[in-house]
Amino acid sequence: MIRTYALLAWAWTRAAAQYRVSFALMTAGAFVIGGLDIAVIWVIFANTDSLAGFGPAEVMFLYGTSELAFAISDTLFGNVDRVSQHIRAGTLDVMLVRPAATWAQVAADRFGPHRIGRIVMAAAVLCVALARLDIPLGRAWMVPVMVVSGSVIFTSMFTLGGALQFLLTDAPEVANAFTYGGAMLNQYPLSVYDPRIVMGLTYVLPLAFVNWRPGLYVLDRPDPLGLPSWTGLLSPAAALALAAVAALAWRAGVRRYRSTGS
Amino acid sequence: MTSGAALPLYPRLAWYGFRRHAAYWAAALAGAFTNTVFGVLRAYVLIALWQARPGLGGYAVADAVTFCFLTQACIGPMQLFGVGLDLPQRIRSGDVALDLVRPAPLQLWCLSEDLGRAAFLFLARSIPPALAGAALFGIVAPRAPAAFLASVTLGVVVSFGWRYLVALASCWVMDDRGLATLSLVLTTFFSGLMLPLTIFPGWFGSLARALPWAAMVQAPSDVYLGTAEPAHALAFQALWAVVLLALGALLTRAARRKVVIQGG
Repeated sequence: MIRTYALLAWAWTRAAAQYRVSFALMTAGAFVIGGLDIAVIWVIFANTDSLAGFGPAEVMFLYGTSELAFAISDTLFGNVDRVSQHIRAGTLDVMLVRPAATWAQVAADRFGPHRIGRIVMAAAVLCVALARLDIPLGRAWMVPVMVVSGSVIFTSMFTLGGALQFLLTDAPEVANAFTYGGAMLNQYPLSVYDPRIVMGLTYVLPLAFVNWRPGLYVLDRPDPLGLPSWTGLLSPAAALALAAVAALAWRAGVRRYRSTGS
Repeated sequence: MTSGAALPLYPRLAWYGFRRHAAYWAAALAGAFTNTVFGVLRAYVLIALWQARPGLGGYAVADAVTFCFLTQACIGPMQLFGVGLDLPQRIRSGDVALDLVRPAPLQLWCLSEDLGRAAFLFLARSIPPALAGAALFGIVAPRAPAAFLASVTLGVVVSFGWRYLVALASCWVMDDRGLATLSLVLTTFFSGLMLPLTIFPGWFGSLARALPWAAMVQAPSDVYLGTAEPAHALAFQALWAVVLLALGALLTRAARRKVVIQGG
C-alpha cells in the first residue's frame, strides 16, 4: 500500500514539475491561504488581549499544531474526499480492478505537491509560537507527538468523509463540514465553544485530541471540563481508535459500492 | 419546450441558470449544511471576541452573530469560493469561439445565467443557514428588508463583475488555477467573510472597506443590520458594479481580438 501510494504520488509530482511557473504560483498561493487564518487571528488580537482566556502566543500555538497536522494530512491523503467524483465518473471501477489498495489509489490521485506551501506556513507559525512561549522540554516532547496523532486523526476524518460519500454520492460537501470544519474548529481554544460541544469532541468524535487536550498539557493549563491533565497524553490512543473506525467505515463503503453497471 | 421559452432572451437565460443549478439540489443542501456548521463555529469565536470587547465595530453581540450567519448565507449566491463560471474551461477548449459569434454580448449572457444561479443558491444555500442561526442563537431581523434584497442583488452583480474578469484573464494566462487561487484569497479575506471589515484596524480597515470585495458581504450585511445608511451602501455597490462591468466589457473587446478560430 505504501509502495503504491509513493509511486502514484511521485508520478503526480513529476507531472506538476512540468509546469514550473504554475507550480510556483500555486505553492505561493497555498502559503498565502495558510497565512489568511493567521491574519484573522492578528485582527482578533488587534482588538483584544485575550480570547476565552488565551493570549496571542497560546492561540498561535493551538493554531499551529492543528493547522500543521491538518496540512500534512490534507496534502498526503486529503484527496480521499474526492471519492464521489470517482464514483460519478466511473473511475473508481478502474481503481477497484487494479491489484493495489483502493484507498491508496484514491488518496494519491491528483496528489498536489504545491500544498507543501501550507505545511511550511503552519510550521513557521508553530515555530514562532514555541519561541514566544518558552515551554520546558519536560512538556515540549509532546508537540511532535500531537502533530503526528493530529495528522492521523484528520486523515481518519478524510477517510470517514470519503466513506460517507459512498452513501451521499450527490452531496459530497457534507463531508467538508467534518474535515475542514474540524480543522477550523481546532484553530481556536475550544473554551470559546459551548462545553457540550467540547464534551462531544472528547468522547464521541475525538477532535479535541488533535491539539486541545494535548495543548492544555503542553501549556500547563487546567481543563475547563475538569479532566486531569494526563488525558492530554491519550492523543495517540484516540488517533488509533478513530483510524480503526475509519478503516472499517471505508471497507463497508467499498463493499456496499455497486458500479453504475453501464 | 420548457416553460422558459416564452420569455425574452436574458430572463430566459437566467431561468436556465436557475434550473441548471436546481438540478443538483442535494449538493446545494449539502452546501447549506456545511455553511451552517461553519456559521455555528464562527459564531462562537465571534461571541468570545465580543464578550471581551462589547460593542466592537459598532455591533452588539447579537449583531455579530447575525453577521456571522449572513456571511455564510452570502457564500452561495456571491460564489465566494471559486470562479463559478464555465468560461475558463471554454476558453481552454476553444468553445468560447462559439460564445463570441453569438448575436448577444458574452458578458450579458454570462451575467444572466449567473443571476439565475445566484437566485437558486439564495433559496437553497442562504435561507437554511440563516434559519438555523435564528433557531440556535437568535439573529436580529432585517432593518430594511427591501434595501437588503437590493443590496444582495447588487452584491451578486459585483461578484459576477469580478469573477468575469478573473475568468476572462484565462485568454492571456495559460493556467488559470494560479489566478483562481489569488481571487480566492482576496475574496475570502476582503469581503468580510472571515471577520467583519469594521474591526480591521486603522488604514488597513479603511482600505478593506473601500475595495470591491466589501460590496459582496460587508455591504449587504450592514444594510441588513442597519449599521450603514442603505442609500450609501447601495451607491458604493453600484459604483463597483459599474466599474467592474465596464472593465469586463473592455476586456471582452480585447479578448475578441485575441481569440483565433482555427479551421472552418
